[in-house]
Amino acid sequence: MELIKRALAHAFARFEAVFEYAFGQRNTPFAWLGALGWYFYWIVAATGVYLYIFFDTGITDAYASVEYMTHDQWYAAGIMRSLHRYASDALVVVVVLHIFREFAFDRLRGRRFFAWLTGLPLLAFIYLCGISGYWLVWDQLAQYIAVATTEWLDTLPLFGEPIANNFLNSTTLGGRFFTLMVFIHIFGPLFMLLLMWVHIQRHSQAKVNPPRPLAIGTLAVLVILSLVFPAVSQGPADLDVVPAELGFDWFYLAGYPLLDLVPGGQLWLYLFAAFLVLAVLPWIPPAERVPAAAVNLENCNGCTRCFDDCPFGAINMVPRSDGRAYESEPVVNVNQCTSCGICVGSCPTSTPFRRSGPLQPGIELPDRSIADLRDELVAGTGETRVIVFACDTGDTDELEQDGVKVIRLPCVGMLPPSFVDFALARHHAEGVMIAGCAEGDCQHRLGNDWTIERMARRRDPYLRQRVDERRLCLSWLPRDSTRRRQRALAEFRVTLSEIDDE
Amino acid sequence: MNRVVQAFLYAAFAAFVGYLSVAPAYQYADPEIAVIKLSLSHAAERVEACVKLTPQQINERAMKGEPINECERERLPLAVELDVDGATVLSLAAVPSGLWKDGPASVYERLAIDAGVHTITARLRDSARETGWDYAYSEEVSLAPGRYFTITFRAENGGFEFR
Ligand code: HEM
Ligand code: SF4
Ligand code: SF4
Repeated sequence: MELIKRALAHAFARFEAVFEYAFGQRNTPFAWLGALGWYFYWIVAATGVYLYIFFDTGITDAYASVEYMTHDQWYAAGIMRSLHRYASDALVVVVVLHIFREFAFDRLRGRRFFAWLTGLPLLAFIYLCGISGYWLVWDQLAQYIAVATTEWLDTLPLFGEPIANNFLNSTTLGGRFFTLMVFIHIFGPLFMLLLMWVHIQRHSQAKVNPPRPLAIGTLAVLVILSLVFPAVSQGPADLDVVPAELGFDWFYLAGYPLLDLVPGGQLWLYLFAAFLVLAVLPWIPPAERVPAAAVNLENCNGCTRCFDDCPFGAINMVPRSDGRAYESEPVVNVNQCTSCGICVGSCPTSTPFRRSGPLQPGIELPDRSIADLRDELVAGTGETRVIVFACDTGDTDELEQDGVKVIRLPCVGMLPPSFVDFALARHHAEGVMIAGCAEGDCQHRLGNDWTIERMARRRDPYLRQRVDERRLCLSWLPRDSTRRRQRALAEFRVTLSEIDDE
Repeated sequence: MNRVVQAFLYAAFAAFVGYLSVAPAYQYADPEIAVIKLSLSHAAERVEACVKLTPQQINERAMKGEPINECERERLPLAVELDVDGATVLSLAAVPSGLWKDGPASVYERLAIDAGVHTITARLRDSARETGWDYAYSEEVSLAPGRYFTITFRAENGGFEFR
């Protein structure tokens, strides 16, 4: 499993490099696949509402009403129809990539299982909505879908009489089933929205809106596609005619040809098995059990910064329980905490300058204490010229070299800015480099965003004003960027030596 | 950031989405071929005939509010055969629906066949008889290419219906 993930992650890194070059790191679509999913959903929903105004929901007139929209009103409803189709297709593209990417980057295991599991029914709903949508056009493709789908459903022991009989020939055609599809196509998406909302419940500040350039760009390209290549129907349905050649939307219908190759019952079995396999992936293999962040009330002043910064919504502020004069205290939900340490970096009491008593901040990872971090920083500093704080996620082994000390953290978001000040002010190093994930694509979601803001003195806790920014290097790079990272370090060391020469 | 590459990637995305949304076409059926659809639902006789009650027994039961027929619920499987030009192309036994096999049995089959004139014979057995059929129907029909020919069955209309 580890190998599959690594190979896949490597493939993504290769592919994404082109996009990073074209779009810039922050706006690269791959960092925003989930957000693009939301965005396409909204486009589909908005265009769908417009189409519904002109759509005739009866099976006899549905086709004509769609034809009217496509041809007579091509400039409005026609474009809406095309957008509706293409945005639905784009939704499948980004969601499929989203699934593979979350899997490849291992953002599903252990306490992160929630989004993965709630994503699975979403996947089913996307198909339910898309297939019922093609049904409504009631053209030859719709006829094929109606017959193939009901025949497939009939392989389940659910219905007394075959439901495919609804579409046996032109004399048996009834509107009831069609009405059911209209119903599914309206309420399916609404329920899907609810599921999408559930999907991101364990993410604080979930990325549901793509950055503006990306939003404008994708909408523009879909509109152009709709104008150049409008979506059309494929001739009215006639249940007495065998559909021969069908223009196929492979994003939604790719599975249908299988129905002509494999018995339907068997296909249900495969589908069920596939979902089952997907459903257990978060536990294959089981994640290492790293203890959750723990609060030390004696040192906590209830400032709520950890609550604000936790990317997984694992911290709740509750009324103070120890009688001290503060309003509230944080409580960590151990089933939701991913042990990323980002809360530790946000806590104003995580400062290495403290002398009185042992160094113990208000919140801390039991397996990676702030006291140990300070010891590691201070140890053998004689030879150290640069300290690199790096994420466990990144491949930073290659940064080890003479005069460079690499200190690993679960996420660089765990680093309190005071440690940078401490390292420089106490001359433990001439420069500090922070080596994290690509901007907007932190393995722990918000670690690098918060770090960028803290170091830029825009977010609490701020980096002290006295820190010479030239001695701090922030390096945000995607995976598999060893060479670029080494180059960044080399350049930083040149800068440092230039400062010393002044 | 490179706007030229960006434009190229956008265009590639649009082409990818636009193309796969209708192509390549899927060849579902040969337009020169006709397709026979056979669909029927029919309750076969029960495995064991209902116990014949005397009028007196029926009266008694009716007075007590008990059911007035006494039947085992299970039904026989339905045997269905289809011949085209004398050759048997389909022969199956359909199991009754329901947990106690007491419901109607259903058959739904699609058969591709060369267009043209054919003699089609459909037969059905819904009883425990060893030989012969309870229903049979034969007709010489002309099958048009690319069209469905449906065979249905309704006992109350006398059996098979060709269309
Ligand atoms: C309509 C379809 C979907 C939409 C709109 C969607 C959207 C999103 C969004 C907005 C996020 C949050 C990203 C962030 O803020 O970091 C997310 C995360 C995630 N999604 Fe989806 N998603 C969809 C389907 C799926 C499916 C089908 C799966 C997998 C089976 C899936 C798995 C995940 C995972 C594993 C995460 C990350 C969880 C984490 O970071 O701990 N999603 N999704
Ligand atoms: S370690 Fe990470 S997930 Fe856990 S409480 Fe702290 S910020 Fe939240
Ligand atoms: S950031 Fe630190 S001091 Fe503030 S509430 Fe959290 S644990 Fe307490």
